[in-house]
Amino acid sequence: MASVLLAFVVSGVIIHLCGLDVISAAKNMIEGSLGSKNAIAESLLKMGPLIFTGLAYALAARCGLVNIGAEGQLYIGGLTAALVGIYIPNLPAPLHQLFAVLAGFVGGGLWGFLSGWLKVRFGSSEVITTIMLNYVAQYLINYLVSGPLEEPPGTFPQSRPIVESSQLTRFLPGTRLHIGIFIALLCLVLFYFFLWKTTHGYETRVVGANPEAASYAGMKPSSSVLLCMFLAGGCAGLAGATDILGIQWRLMPNFSNGAGFDGIAVALLGHNTPLGIFFAAALFGIVRSGANLMQMLSKVPVSIVNILQALVVLFVAASNIVFLIARRRAIARAARRDSAPEEPNAPSEIP
Amino acid sequence: MANKKQMDNQALTQKQTTPPLLEMRHISKYFAGVRANHNINLQICQGEVHALLGENGAGKSTLMNILYGLYPPTAGKIYWKGQAVDIQSPKDAIALGIGMVHQHFMLIPALSVVENVVLGMNCGRQGRLNLNEAAKKIEALAKAYNMSLDPWAKVWQLSVGQQQRLEILKALYKGADLLILDEPTAVLTPQETEELFNMIRRLTEANHTVIFISHKLNEIMAICDRVSILRLGEITSTIHVCDTCQQTLARLMMGGEELSAIEKKPASLHETVLECTKLCCRNTRGLMALKDLSLSLAGGEILGIAGVDGNGQSELADAICGLLTPESGKVRINGVDMAGKSARAFLEQGVGHIPEDRHRRGVVLSMNIRENFILMNYYKAPMSHKHLLDWKLIDRLTDEAMASYQVKAPDRDALMQNLSGGNQQKIVLARELSKAPSLLIAMHPSRGLDFGATAYVHNRIIEARDRGCAVLLISTEIEEILALSDRVAVLYEGEVVGQMPAAEVKTDTLGLMMAGALRGAG
Repeated sequence: MASVLLAFVVSGVIIHLCGLDVISAAKNMIEGSLGSKNAIAESLLKMGPLIFTGLAYALAARCGLVNIGAEGQLYIGGLTAALVGIYIPNLPAPLHQLFAVLAGFVGGGLWGFLSGWLKVRFGSSEVITTIMLNYVAQYLINYLVSGPLEEPPGTFPQSRPIVESSQLTRFLPGTRLHIGIFIALLCLVLFYFFLWKTTHGYETRVVGANPEAASYAGMKPSSSVLLCMFLAGGCAGLAGATDILGIQWRLMPNFSNGAGFDGIAVALLGHNTPLGIFFAAALFGIVRSGANLMQMLSKVPVSIVNILQALVVLFVAASNIVFLIARRRAIARAARRDSAPEEPNAPSEIP
Repeated sequence: MANKKQMDNQALTQKQTTPPLLEMRHISKYFAGVRANHNINLQICQGEVHALLGENGAGKSTLMNILYGLYPPTAGKIYWKGQAVDIQSPKDAIALGIGMVHQHFMLIPALSVVENVVLGMNCGRQGRLNLNEAAKKIEALAKAYNMSLDPWAKVWQLSVGQQQRLEILKALYKGADLLILDEPTAVLTPQETEELFNMIRRLTEANHTVIFISHKLNEIMAICDRVSILRLGEITSTIHVCDTCQQTLARLMMGGEELSAIEKKPASLHETVLECTKLCCRNTRGLMALKDLSLSLAGGEILGIAGVDGNGQSELADAICGLLTPESGKVRINGVDMAGKSARAFLEQGVGHIPEDRHRRGVVLSMNIRENFILMNYYKAPMSHKHLLDWKLIDRLTDEAMASYQVKAPDRDALMQNLSGGNQQKIVLARELSKAPSLLIAMHPSRGLDFGATAYVHNRIIEARDRGCAVLLISTEIEEILALSDRVAVLYEGEVVGQMPAAEVKTDTLGLMMAGALRGAG
């Protein structure tokens, strides 16, 4: 929380140093994100993908993995969802939407699974493979929409539009807000349910916290890795799928705008907990959607949002380091006065 | 031989007329109330090889770390060449002329020999490194002690013996008069050990002094002039090696006869539970850690595996609970051949395991008590049904276990890392015993625990045995082995070098077997 406040203050200072009006910038940002029905809808629209990609990072992190590949998984999820949306006609709308969304989940999931498999089979670091597969996914989309999937006659690099029955239902008249946000909230609940109520989620957390203890308890860390990378990829895939099916209605290059990477910040700020991810995604969604009006009226460039986000990540990381140093010092201090016998059952001073 | 010893004796009396090189007076060290060293007086004379002998945890390393400035003593003073000195850091120790070769080498593999030697030193002028000059000095030094070592070789290319030579050279280069060697032979082959001994002889000829930490009796007899025996943090005696023999040393190290303070009924044996036949295992470094090891263990019996750390104990425990696949040989549990079975299959056969390293393996520190309690059986009824955990039941069982095992914690949601070692171990014990195992592997079950918790753990293990559980107790603490076991086997370099009923155990025989100096009936 302190990290967020500090990030806002520093961003304000930066805006001020650029010779711009901080107060009006803040006012327009709030106006643009929460000031009207449409503004709120747009904020929620930005929030949905952030929840998905935040979950993609958090789920892997709970298993002790670092998933930098939400961006690529998102693209592949968008691709598979679009394929179902374009090429399977004549389905009742709810069914078509469901299939398309599921296809997005499975597509992203398989992309994540690939990194997990590479790790389990060859021991390659998932950090590297997920980053590299981001590029593969992105360029694959670029190729497809200017090649095999290109809409005739080929003026723009984009696919044909998806069939209407596969478009996600927009439920707030006058806005673009679609049911994707509910899917995101559902996923948050499932994330909690999986990790804390199921045996597989429990395994995941043990593997993430202490792989050695997991093997000793007869668990198979590699299975947990595969499962988690599939589910994490699936979450990221849903970000792409809901964006394509709810907003874009067709596949085009670079539709993500970096939501995959923003998810890392969301998960980090939310400490990989469901509630934390919810609030972090809400915060970044609001900031992102308010930024446009702020740019238009206060002349503050949208890029300030990237700075803000980077500052949040920096401060969260820094506060962890500060915490770590404080902890070391406390241990050192305890070691220095260890001659004084301690109460043997007293809990150690550092939680 | 006798002739040489006599000469040694004469030389020694001569040495002792000069004031001692080093004197540690009334040194005590406590860690969070645990006594590591108590009122230690130690005199080291110039030019001698002085052995520190003691079991694991007797306080040898703590004492030497105090001397080397790594820990401040809780009480006591150090005198160097008759002067009181205050050694606050290794830097002070090096400045005085004290060098230490740790058991685990402090070298940087990617750098060359000369770079490792000058590391941390102010060599060269005006911040410019002059490696050539240093290399020449190192070569001259190596020649003087008849060691061969290429100063430009990278450390990763060196054998373990050469790395140790480099460590010694490093200390000499920094001007060490007194060398502390912490279990120097633990990592060496017999040939390398012989080379090390030659080196030590040459060093003492040049009037250097060596403190030799070990628990191998034959080595102490071979190379040392005097030996100080540490037991439970105190020096119990200091004697001339030529006046003693391995048997005496072994008895002194074990502390004579203190036997079982724990009440236990005579064992009533059931059917054989564990059978290992001709078991061979490699450790993580690819070396043979278990060689043709055969054991059998019946229900209702405690078999104590005695031995110095690192003689195959970890591999034995891992092989019996399915975490290590044997090269050859068989493990049978309850009559079932376990070859190729998964760790979970071993658990399902009724194996309970109190692991060697609680924090690394036994518990998940960042999880709470109830989550740690279900670690072994979360996947089956009654803890879970159809992949869903039954937290209500788990909470109840955890509360019951915490009550019956007297775990002191705020509640079941307390994180493991906030509990004391004794309470953590009680939870491990509760978890492993609550499933009523037919075989319990208890490895160092009382390590790091205070007196009360140790007694508690011991009583619970005996209770399990009285219920008919077969217990394999692996420990490096002789007292623990003798107090609990019905039968004792000694493990030395991956082999069982002796087995006997606990009642017939003599501590000195046991000590000799542990040091590899005696083989008994297998």
